[in-house]
Amino acid sequence: MVISTNNLTFTFGNQTVVKSLSLQVPEGSIYGFLGPNGAGKTTTIKLLLNLLKTQEGSINIFDLELQSNRIKILSQIGSLIEQPAIYLHLTGKENLLNRALLLQIPEKRVDEMLTLVHLQDAAHKKAGQYSLGMKQRLGIALALLSDPKLLILDEPTNGLDPNGIIEIRELLMKLTGEYKKTVFISSHLLAEIQKMATHVGIINFGELMFQGSIQELEALNKPSIQIEADRTVEAANFLKKNNFAVSEVNDHHLFVPFTSKENMGEINALLNQNGYTIYSINKQQQDLEKLFLAITQNA
Amino acid sequence: MKGFILSFRSEFYKTRKTMGFWSAVLLPLLLCLMLFIGFFVKADRMINTPAMILWFQLAGAILGIMGLLLLPMLIIFIAYSVNNVEHKADTWKTLFSLPIPKLSVYAAKYFYAFFLIFFCLALFVVFTLGFGNLLGLVKPQLKFGEYNVAGILTQLYLKFFLASLGILSIQFLLSLLFSDFLKPMGIGFVCTITGSILASNNWEYAYLFPYSHPMMAMRALSQGQPKGGDHPSPINPNLTIDLFTKDTGISLIIAVVVFIAGYFIVMKKSVK
Repeated sequence: MVISTNNLTFTFGNQTVVKSLSLQVPEGSIYGFLGPNGAGKTTTIKLLLNLLKTQEGSINIFDLELQSNRIKILSQIGSLIEQPAIYLHLTGKENLLNRALLLQIPEKRVDEMLTLVHLQDAAHKKAGQYSLGMKQRLGIALALLSDPKLLILDEPTNGLDPNGIIEIRELLMKLTGEYKKTVFISSHLLAEIQKMATHVGIINFGELMFQGSIQELEALNKPSIQIEADRTVEAANFLKKNNFAVSEVNDHHLFVPFTSKENMGEINALLNQNGYTIYSINKQQQDLEKLFLAITQNA
Repeated sequence: MKGFILSFRSEFYKTRKTMGFWSAVLLPLLLCLMLFIGFFVKADRMINTPAMILWFQLAGAILGIMGLLLLPMLIIFIAYSVNNVEHKADTWKTLFSLPIPKLSVYAAKYFYAFFLIFFCLALFVVFTLGFGNLLGLVKPQLKFGEYNVAGILTQLYLKFFLASLGILSIQFLLSLLFSDFLKPMGIGFVCTITGSILASNNWEYAYLFPYSHPMMAMRALSQGQPKGGDHPSPINPNLTIDLFTKDTGISLIIAVVVFIAGYFIVMKKSVK
């Protein structure tokens, strides 16, 4: 495991922000760390970077205890927390050069990073004149500068347009695919993470609600039958009387959990034979977004 | 140590294009340049002034306000600007998540602020000497060349530097904790006024209050400097400055204590 925390708990005053969190982030994964705003994501990330001191529980990164191996661990982590930390009075390149000076990285690497995030043309422009997307890309270049084994990104696509989001997604997939990096990325949008994450952890009110591979998350996601009929409410009641579970009814549609094709045919026939007009009937995968909401709202 | 040197170099790299850094260069340059012009224009009136008095008039014009206002204000501004670079860019979290000991990062910033004050005061010495000698060249009737002020001037500014350590450390900590300008500026201003009043009234415990120290350092100068305005009485030519006095000791102690306390406050405070 690249990151492994055990019963991590953190309290601000009398408010527990992170509750016995046990994260398991495997090597080479893109770990989507999801949760609504204020769920404790940034606090967790600050704990992982030793910006906040661990109060209870433990953090191991690269199988080393964080507190006692701080420098060794941090030298292999690149991070971007909330808005990218950029000196606006310096140019994009100077921002990278300053970091390169601190980390003793050759200047050549700075140019490579500028090319990687498509900022070579704006390299000599003051970072204060950058658009939000450019700042975010510069922030990612800063995080990648030391060629870290682990990237910790806190909402890196905040404020980016769809193109920018796609670009970052592709970059991160390339990093894990070709360069065997591990990416820990937080977000409050499942849809954004779903397309790239291999693993997911969902946190709400500081508690881990779900952790596993994206396949395991999808497995939780049961398909249902969507039926469009003339009298949905009556049809739903009729199905219930005949021992079919109805999960949702509205004016136009009713939903029944999917079990098999044969079962779907049965329902269709039953409704038809009893005078209900069916306009359409089909199998539908529940939106992961709904599942995410369901997981976080059950808390 | 390597982390400290790297951080210190980075401090320079970051601030070399900011007002904080340039104020340390431009302030002595402009003030000395203005004096140069003033002396150049009024040169004829000073033909009979002895070399030593000429030097003291040139240097004294700045030294006179240095302890009262210039030095405290410069300290407040530099302490603010060194920290404001990080507040403005929201980079504290980045600085403290670098693979560099937190103490090195903190100490580099602290000593960089000290370095800027030292650099600025050193430039005052350099420009005063430079413009004085230049005056002697372009207006040979002003006999700047007949007296060497370098030794005493260096000692005086060194005294000012030592006197500034206590205030600088306090202002540094205030600017580190508060991201706005008004709080450290306001506190610093009130304390400077208080310090000046205490020192100028010769309150016996003024040496315990760091904001009195620049004023007291200025006193070291006026002990040697003639009183009586435009017609100075003869000065003791073997003028020496007592570099290490009670107030200097207090200034140093405060700097060390605040440095250590500041480190623990910064570590304790969660990085926003």
